[in-house]
Amino acid sequence: MMTTIMPEAILMAAEKMSAGGKHPLTAMFGRDETANGVGYVIYCYFEIPENKTVDGFKVVFNPNGSLEYDSITHIIPAAAWYEREIKDMFGLVPKGHPDLRSLVLHETFPEDFYPLRKNVKVNAKVRGERQFKVRTAKGEGLFEVPVGPIHAGIIEPGHFRFSQAGEAMLQLDAKLFYTHRGIEKAVEGKTPYEALPIVERICGACSVSNTWSFCQAVEKAVNVKVPRRAEIIRTLLMELERITNHVGDIGNIPAGVGFNPAISLGGRLKEKLMRLCEAVAGNRFLRGMIIPGGVSMDITPELCDRIHQVMDEVADGVEDMATMFREQENFQNRIQTTGIVRNQTAMDLAMVGVGARASGYSHDSRCDFSYGVYDELDFKPYTKTMGDVAARLLVRIGELSASFEMVDKLIELLNSCGEQELSVAMEYNEGSGWGISESARGSNFQYVALDGDGRIDRLFVRSASYANWPALPIAVQGDIIPDFPLINKSFELCYACIDR
Amino acid sequence: MFKVLERIFKDKLATEKISLAGSDRYRGPIEGSANGDVLKACAAVCPVKAFAVSGEDYTIDYKKCIFCGRCVEACANKAINESGLQHKHEDALPVLLESGQEVLQDVLKEKLGRSLHVRHLDAGSCNACDFEMGAMSNPVYDLHRYGVHFVASPRHADMLMVTGVVTRNLEQALKMSYDALPEPKLVMACGACAAGGETYGDTYAVVGAADKVVPVDLYVPGCPPRPTAMIMGLLAAADMLKEKMK
Repeated sequence: MMTTIMPEAILMAAEKMSAGGKHPLTAMFGRDETANGVGYVIYCYFEIPENKTVDGFKVVFNPNGSLEYDSITHIIPAAAWYEREIKDMFGLVPKGHPDLRSLVLHETFPEDFYPLRKNVKVNAKVRGERQFKVRTAKGEGLFEVPVGPIHAGIIEPGHFRFSQAGEAMLQLDAKLFYTHRGIEKAVEGKTPYEALPIVERICGACSVSNTWSFCQAVEKAVNVKVPRRAEIIRTLLMELERITNHVGDIGNIPAGVGFNPAISLGGRLKEKLMRLCEAVAGNRFLRGMIIPGGVSMDITPELCDRIHQVMDEVADGVEDMATMFREQENFQNRIQTTGIVRNQTAMDLAMVGVGARASGYSHDSRCDFSYGVYDELDFKPYTKTMGDVAARLLVRIGELSASFEMVDKLIELLNSCGEQELSVAMEYNEGSGWGISESARGSNFQYVALDGDGRIDRLFVRSASYANWPALPIAVQGDIIPDFPLINKSFELCYACIDR
Repeated sequence: MFKVLERIFKDKLATEKISLAGSDRYRGPIEGSANGDVLKACAAVCPVKAFAVSGEDYTIDYKKCIFCGRCVEACANKAINESGLQHKHEDALPVLLESGQEVLQDVLKEKLGRSLHVRHLDAGSCNACDFEMGAMSNPVYDLHRYGVHFVASPRHADMLMVTGVVTRNLEQALKMSYDALPEPKLVMACGACAAGGETYGDTYAVVGAADKVVPVDLYVPGCPPRPTAMIMGLLAAADMLKEKMK
């Protein structure tokens, strides 16, 4: 049970929970509980790795009283975005926050529009005006380079403003959340079954991870245990998604420097994997497979054979790519010492996934939490310490070999699993729960609260990219602007996940 | 260096002929029949209101359909003894507007000579369409062989390829990009969000399908459309559809 505190006590509570940074901030989000007579609430979750769980506290605001509280950003820098988002969505104001600009809502939304409050209709089409000022550095000889939201390549939208001293990037400010679709509001009032197609479509690349975190949260809320066979299949799907993404990413990072043979090989391998995903789930992004209570389809022995075969081909290709990267000195020259995130920065920003592990911060939900059948898969997080583009590339390559082994082991587990049941029937009632899973980009956290009719009252989605984005503007400082695409690709953050 | 050369020689030609066929589990368009009551149950579970029933007949709006398979599932649960509805295991075909078709023929045959320069615009997509669009340039699909190229600016493009449901935050960018395209111009709505706009329902942050904001000439169904379906759409845009389907 989470402790409930008053807004005045937030700083003390946050300081105590974080235990000097030992417990990173997992998520911070608002919820409108005025209908239950509680008020507006901020949930703060911290990761407690030693107990393999998350824990935290609720801050309760009287809707008729003051909606201000002391910002915790100066003691926990990772809170910066969460506090801005809560202000946009619920109108709770963090006093002393260093940057109170809008995060999610752009210029066409009025200033006093708080979409996640319950008195706002889901399809409220209010228009108004608000300001958004991009931050720039000023000085003699400095100039700005505006980029986006529509970019030159086939990538997601975001506006970047570079403040340049010649070729060197002094400062990068970004305006994001262009693809904000209001998903958290869209699923309110829906049953988890009705919400599932929407959750699967939060993001294409992290479809399995998003769906799995959601299902874990829902299953926790109504206290359901998933059959063992379904747990094995879910874990296998997750590793397939990771392999597909990592292969795509190591084939895409060379695109940042125009290293074409590697791009081409990466593209071929990824296509093989996408076709495998289609054979398994009937969809190239593995959609339609994970459902609350289990999985919808089995992985047959024929499919297992196909998986083995594709894994062998892909493993061979990845090994060759790794050799290509090592042998190509000018490629190494571009990726080494480029876009460095220091270990302390990674911990301060509570980074996750590949971004964290490349900076020597060993953070991997597959080990830090207990879900799926990862407990049986004996493996350790793969880390590097340099924190540059090269380190992020090597972490992906290292994780790929671990994932290939895991897939073998998972197929063994699947074959030796006597239980044939794929899912259990779900009955929904009041409750709440959280789910976490490690996507290819890092940990993906979701919180679900169901009302008395078993309908969703609140869904909160914190993807890995959300936690890692604030590190990008730090990583680019001092590097030259032609290296930005390379640094950006080495993080491979998905905007659809961040923006929701 | 040696590894690069070795691999280039070892890898045989990967480029394939375009085929619309998918794997056994692939969820494509719906075929089959069922009685009126069963069909009503199918329509009731459709999350994007694409399934419409009139009497014993049904129609599916493939612009909206996200190919989730819930109608097929509902039919299987309800009509155990009938053959019911099934998925075809192939891509759904692009939807062209009649007026669009005329424009296409006119534009592409006479003015552009079958080359098509495309500007991608993510209007609020989940990035699945974008990834598939990227895949069209890989050696397997090799889009360039058809004379179709992605360009960096709308000012260089003949066609705007829109993915994603248009969000409030991107509405202006879409309008401005459309205005920046030189005449004659085309717009393709690619994927269920851009074509149908129902994927996430109607929310405060969403404007809707692409044709609510700019005129659309052709629609490519799918969630996401596979690269093959997108290429079909692009070929349709280059007026080669009829030839390809023979």
